[in-house]
Amino acid sequence: MVEIKNSLENDIFTIYVIGEVDASSSIYLDESISDATSKHKKIIVNCKQLEYISSAGLGVFMSYINDLEEQGIKLVIYGLSDKVRHVFQILGLDQLLKITDSEEEAKGIVNGV
Amino acid sequence: MVYKFKVPCSKSRLGDIREFLQRVLSENAIPEVTVNTLILAVDEVCANLIIHSHNCNPDEHIELKVKVSGNSEITFDIIDRGDGFNISEYQEPSISDIVKSKRKGGIGLMLVRRIMDEIELIQGKKKNVYRLHKKI
Repeated sequence: MVEIKNSLENDIFTIYVIGEVDASSSIYLDESISDATSKHKKIIVNCKQLEYISSAGLGVFMSYINDLEEQGIKLVIYGLSDKVRHVFQILGLDQLLKITDSEEEAKGIVNGV
Repeated sequence: MVYKFKVPCSKSRLGDIREFLQRVLSENAIPEVTVNTLILAVDEVCANLIIHSHNCNPDEHIELKVKVSGNSEITFDIIDRGDGFNISEYQEPSISDIVKSKRKGGIGLMLVRRIMDEIELIQGKKKNVYRLHKKI
């Protein structure tokens, strides 16, 4: 199961992804990113408590890559554990998505620093 | 050592499959990143079968058999009674096509192929065995 939480600080919208994103729960991640991208231009995704992601979850992130570019939305994923980061690396998705280690770096990128 | 697990074809049971695999693999001193990718590959095949071959019908089941040989080779058998889908003949889309089309599916079997050393479908009269091999 996955739990999704949000917070808004200044103009940066944070999505916290907690637990496991698989074929049964990826819909919740999708709804949350869909909602965020319709309202915010600076989005950071806190994955410090993301324990597992399958192709269903990777597919959600991939499906927004074009929209982000077209609509000038910045979205940065951060705080991945080694094992979860490796899953992004298997197909080279870490090159297509913006991924950083820390929250500070993620905020720097969405602020254009 | 052979470990077995049987589960109804419901997406909500994928977590139980992963828990079973975690238990089996952690008994065998395999590094955490490797354990996670092996679990991922089996999860992907099971999710595909549950959704596409069994339409998430919980009255139908899939079975797992995990065989660990001398700590150096693992075989995962995923057994069902569906129509049988030949993973090794599956034509992969390209990542850029998937990004362009904005579709959310289509990379599960790509992951399975990258992770495992060998994938085969053994089709019998009554059941299909999706066999995944990995040398550790």
